[in-house]
Amino acid sequence: MAAPLLEVTDLSVRFDTDDGPVHAVDRLSFTLAPGEVLGIVGESGCGKSVTCMSLVRLLPETAAISGRAVFDGTDLLALSQRRLRQVRGRQISFVFQEPMTSLNPVFKVGRQIGEVLTKHLGLTRGEARERTIELLRLVRIPAPERRLDEYPHQLSGGMRQRVMIAMALACDPKVLIADEPTTALDVTIQASVLDLLRDVRERLGTAIVLITHNLGVVADIADRVLVMYAGRKAEEAPVADLYTAPQHPYTIGLLGAIPRPQDGEDTARRLREIPGRVPSLRELPAMCAFADRCPRADELSRSQVPELRVVRPEHLVACFHPGPE
Amino acid sequence: MSEDGRPYALEVRDLVKHFRVGGTIAGGGSLVYAVDGVSFELRRGELLGLVGESGSGKSTVANCVMRLLEPTAGEILLNGVDITHLTRRQMRPLRRELHMVFQDPYSSLNPRMSCGAIVGEPLRLHRIANRADLDRRVDQIFDRVGLRTELRYRYPHELSGGQRQRVGLARALIVEPSVLVADEPVSALDVSVQASILNLLRDLQDDMGFSCLFITHDLATVEFLCDRVAVMHLGKLVEVAPRAALFREPQHPYTQALLSAAVVPDPEAQRSRRRVLLEGDIPSPLDPPSGCRFRTRCPLERQSAPASTEEDPPLTEFAPQHFVACHLVARGRPAPRLVEPSSVAVR
Repeated sequence: MAAPLLEVTDLSVRFDTDDGPVHAVDRLSFTLAPGEVLGIVGESGCGKSVTCMSLVRLLPETAAISGRAVFDGTDLLALSQRRLRQVRGRQISFVFQEPMTSLNPVFKVGRQIGEVLTKHLGLTRGEARERTIELLRLVRIPAPERRLDEYPHQLSGGMRQRVMIAMALACDPKVLIADEPTTALDVTIQASVLDLLRDVRERLGTAIVLITHNLGVVADIADRVLVMYAGRKAEEAPVADLYTAPQHPYTIGLLGAIPRPQDGEDTARRLREIPGRVPSLRELPAMCAFADRCPRADELSRSQVPELRVVRPEHLVACFHPGPE
Repeated sequence: MSEDGRPYALEVRDLVKHFRVGGTIAGGGSLVYAVDGVSFELRRGELLGLVGESGSGKSTVANCVMRLLEPTAGEILLNGVDITHLTRRQMRPLRRELHMVFQDPYSSLNPRMSCGAIVGEPLRLHRIANRADLDRRVDQIFDRVGLRTELRYRYPHELSGGQRQRVGLARALIVEPSVLVADEPVSALDVSVQASILNLLRDLQDDMGFSCLFITHDLATVEFLCDRVAVMHLGKLVEVAPRAALFREPQHPYTQALLSAAVVPDPEAQRSRRRVLLEGDIPSPLDPPSGCRFRTRCPLERQSAPASTEEDPPLTEFAPQHFVACHLVARGRPAPRLVEPSSVAVR
């Protein structure tokens, strides 16, 4: 594997709320290679979005972030706000879930994309307009010259998400962080947005961090997958490995919980349920966070935090009793 | 009327719902053709999936069936009784037979009522049970939907999303309705919670035998749960078929595209699939295309023109129990395959 583009080590994020601290992310480490698509999967509240937001410090002031996130030789978490602004949007850019709330409703689309270009690259307005048309063409928006002068509400959901992607790609970033980019979209639109992301990676070599709860989307596009549970990494593996040989009981549970085509044939078949619920993040348990819901849990799981161990090449699991069922 | 002479649990005939937008009290504005001539029947003990993308009108159908919206035209028959024009008062006794589970378990439960009161309310309103009886039945249904009975005294905000959806189910099922309308009941839930609600719904249906109109955009859920599937596109049904037939031999080009676009959690299978790419976006229901409403996005438009622009294809029986609304499909004549059958078979 090439030298990592982004190397995150022991990232922890704590929110100090009126009701005490919430430990959203606990000592998370991962790497991202140039041109790689890394899927981060987990259910709501597992810390997947917070992780990515913390990298470019988009979190509110109440967030206490520790650890290191080395991007291109510099630690993002130690940068001044001014230096960070040169990275944010230019080297590392974001695509969010809900394109309607992330676009400004009172400005035309062209102006919003153009702003990125004039602010970051110092283009003139004329140059920015030219480049914006190119970008809209890149994300396959028909008649870009016309779309430029439309407002977000005049576009469909799929179009808006394309505009978001165009905006994110404006400065030719090295890393694109896409937080549930297709969750708000219909399946036929989702398919074309996934194709677009794949295309972006192939043509521009952009590394993509894809945050999602949808294991189908990950199966479609990711090279490597990181499964998070309660702020910690449960499992990390190359995509094929994760689906064919999941090791962590949580991953196995998640994969079993999704209805699959052949299920319909056998009317007696049930989906796998994961009993119990996600633990509170108020305190960091000195045990496996999944122990209370895990069929394999024993004394050991309840007395220590499992460290990540390598079970197969590039396949890491944080479990005392890993393995397939 | 069904084959065995008993009326269907629910029958919808030529349902139309248009909304007026813009304009004033005096008139004007334009019409949203949300539902435009939808007919289907829900058989006894059947789980019928109504699938479609956003804006297809599937929730409007549900709301009309529930009489939460006044249909513009058409008929709705509940157990053979025409309920389309009943007043609220006339509807009241019939509401016992017809209940609904909503998508969002956060906004569909009254935050000021305890969960026990929420679940017991239908019994109270229908004056079915006296106090002691009510307590017992609430306990029973809590048990049946997998909620600890002490949760009766809790308020909705104290419960997790999955637990709340169980409360919603308990409330709908406590009066043992013959028809349950479920509008995206698991879409707001996490995967592992979804699984438990879907399992539960299946078990309850087995036990209690109600008929269920299950509305969703998620094909995998439909394939897991439903006996029959109706696919909706821009206010019309484009295909209705038993589950196996629909997933194995989808006919309507829209159904084919929809199935090919759904992602499966298996990298190898997923990456070897070919997708039918649809051009453009769903047309606006304010101004649907003439003729076949799918024609502007249809990959087979060339083959079906000019009929597609002139005439709206009606649902015709392509094979027994398998109905398709497409000019290219006739009895025994299947639609051209948009993707190789091998890649469809993966689904």
